[in-house]
Amino acid sequence: MDVLLHLADGILVALSPINLGLAFLGVVIGLFVGAMPGLGSVNGVAILLPFTFVIQQITGTATSPMIFLAAIYYGAMYGGAISSITLGIPGASTAVATTFDGRPMALKGEAGRALVIAALASFAGGTVANVIFTGAAPLLASVALKFGNPEIFALMLLAFATFVGLGGDDIPKTMISIFFGLIVSAVGFDIISGTPRLLLFDSTVWFSRGIQFLVLAIGVYGIGEMLWTINAYRYDMEMTKAKITLKDVGTSILRFREAWKGTAIGSLLGFFVGILPAAGATPGSLMAYGVSKMTSRDKSKYGRGHPDGISAPESANNSASTGAMLPMMTLGIPGSPTTAVLLAGMVIWGLQPGPRLFTDQPDFVWPLIGSFYVSNAIAVAVNLAFIPVFLWVLRMPFTILAPLIFVLSVVGIYAAYQNIYDVWLMLFFGIGAFLLRILDYPLAPAVLAIVLGPIAEPTLRQSLILSDGNLSIFITRPIAGPITIVAIILILLPLYGMIRRKLKNNGRGGLTV
Amino acid sequence: MNLVSKISLGAIALGFAVSASAVQAFEPVKPIDFVIMAGKGGGADRMARLMQSIVEKNGMAVRPLVPTNKSGGSGAEALIALKSATDKDHTIMVTLNSFFTTPLRQPGLEVDILTYAPIGRMAEDTFVLWVHKNEGINTFEEFVAEAKARGSDWVMGGTGSAQEDEIITNFLNGAYDLEMKYIPYSGGGAVARDLAGEQIDSSVNNPSEALGFYESGDVIPLVAFTDERLPFFPDVPTLRETGVPFAYYMQRSVVGAPGMSDDAAAYYTALFSDVFESEEWQTYRTDKSMLGDFLSGSDLMTYWEVQRERHETILKSSGDIN
Repeated sequence: MDVLLHLADGILVALSPINLGLAFLGVVIGLFVGAMPGLGSVNGVAILLPFTFVIQQITGTATSPMIFLAAIYYGAMYGGAISSITLGIPGASTAVATTFDGRPMALKGEAGRALVIAALASFAGGTVANVIFTGAAPLLASVALKFGNPEIFALMLLAFATFVGLGGDDIPKTMISIFFGLIVSAVGFDIISGTPRLLLFDSTVWFSRGIQFLVLAIGVYGIGEMLWTINAYRYDMEMTKAKITLKDVGTSILRFREAWKGTAIGSLLGFFVGILPAAGATPGSLMAYGVSKMTSRDKSKYGRGHPDGISAPESANNSASTGAMLPMMTLGIPGSPTTAVLLAGMVIWGLQPGPRLFTDQPDFVWPLIGSFYVSNAIAVAVNLAFIPVFLWVLRMPFTILAPLIFVLSVVGIYAAYQNIYDVWLMLFFGIGAFLLRILDYPLAPAVLAIVLGPIAEPTLRQSLILSDGNLSIFITRPIAGPITIVAIILILLPLYGMIRRKLKNNGRGGLTV
Repeated sequence: MNLVSKISLGAIALGFAVSASAVQAFEPVKPIDFVIMAGKGGGADRMARLMQSIVEKNGMAVRPLVPTNKSGGSGAEALIALKSATDKDHTIMVTLNSFFTTPLRQPGLEVDILTYAPIGRMAEDTFVLWVHKNEGINTFEEFVAEAKARGSDWVMGGTGSAQEDEIITNFLNGAYDLEMKYIPYSGGGAVARDLAGEQIDSSVNNPSEALGFYESGDVIPLVAFTDERLPFFPDVPTLRETGVPFAYYMQRSVVGAPGMSDDAAAYYTALFSDVFESEEWQTYRTDKSMLGDFLSGSDLMTYWEVQRERHETILKSSGDIN
């Protein structure tokens, strides 16, 4: 097996002392950056890009700096879950879906278990993605090229359908939540017509740059969640009793199999979404959460600390981040903001990412792939080892934790966008989210919509330009067709259920119409 | 902590690395705000980060350049950020052609580009017409014939709306009596990908955007929108050779905030002239088929004036402004 030989060589290079050290350093930095709200892998990689020239000069190869940056990327995917679970603030956009069930599980006093699930699911997702990547990178690249605008839109429709078709939740409220997210995502400059939309004030600066996803996410899950907790535990500030021993971590590891289903869904779906252009790890993790919930037998336990609700998004974001490397390396096209910076790095180190990279630069490609395996192993080990430290944070009384969450949210948003207006907007969303939560509106669909809206809308319109406004383009194309049909069925499914229930009730109750 | 200490260590190291020979009236006393008039990952962003790393690697400046992307409103956000910058001597920006088009399309911004400090034009990026190899088209004449035959079924993909790529597409439609359909994308990378995947029929990507698929043989260059043939594609004719005198370039310039002091402008001009001369920049320019000499001061101003007039004419004739 040619591939296995290449891989073995690659892993050996990745295990050389300097590369191993860089991978370790990268993972630790990544964990830290990922866990800091507002800072994500993209910030870590962008800030440290200039530092890699020093590494390149010392080692004389482009492989070592890339291993370092890839390790940061990897570490950040693990790190994002930490603050999602312990503080309820998504550490990075990729970890938003992890808060859905990770936070409730932590509030039940099982933060340790949630962290273990997140770490192991991340490891599983990373490993599955690495194996697929090793075996089929060039092949999958050509599959990704088959996804034009109609196909991507069909996929986005499917993602929305999984959230509407989730059942259990109040469907009208879910729809309102989705529409709210879509409206928010439409603010700013429209790339199709080149004109501004929904600027609200006649200001060129404020809303013209659009509403950034993290502003909504941190507002909802940082500030909104904090207010909610304050309200719910008004009389009992000592809310988290996170006592943990090594034995508990051990038991949690043994109990990980309870989250196998989410892990499997997340690992595969995440990778697939990751390789698609324009998607990346955030949509991947949200879609994995949706699919996992939809296919689950006990949907009602989601949002209350279901193990699969943590493992699905966490395995998906790691898997997707490896997946996003694929179009970057084989097509020269980044699938996520972080890979865009990595691409810039490769160009500066004198490499030409693109269809010829695998044949022209095997000395670069294989050690890098080898390092994915190495970094993944380092990340899970470091993460598990530090779980007691993360839990110590949780043992702080909420009177200390609440101001901390507030400060981290504000600083995080400012660090991410360097604009005070985003901070105000985040606070506004936080208060709004708190009120909507009292009224029992689900907020996850809004978050999903603001992530997928900017992908779905242009692809819909580009497709319609292509077909002169004919909607049949989504049915007649060979790949888009089946996806669209499945999506439509999923959307109609709850409607069918509602009608059936109504008929049944009418039959029993007699004159109720 | 790791991050912060590393960055500050780097900054200190840079400080020592700078030679004492350069005696200047102005030296930056704090990190320089390096605004990028486009989003992360695009051509302008990649170039800005390359400039930043050249400065860093060779220790050219006493203070680091700190890149910030301000892509809102086709660059309107960046133009306003410079206009309202509090420290005008430490705020500079990387621009492209939206520097001309955005103030024309949004008069409400009240931006006069001639008030911005001319620091240096680093390159003129070029445009080339590309088709997929499966089209079986090898010359520009064949392209015109085929596109004419297919009418509005011929799809051209490009970056943005009423910007560079659409300007060229409109020109081709007008000059050759074509009806190509134009689909706007958010970035050149996505256009290149969709051409390679045969989702669109042609593109006018910059060579830097299409190079990967050109080298793998997926896409074929047909004509260059330049005055002379590009050294990298010696067999590709210019549009001028086919009888239509049309050339179009994208400026890659660095500008300073309006109201920047002359001393500061002189400092940055010297800095970016060093960057321009550096081996790394020259290699990048050649590899990515960019043209254009280094322009600064009044030469750059004149260039802006000419370009602004030209874009005004183009946008008026396409009906995007009146």
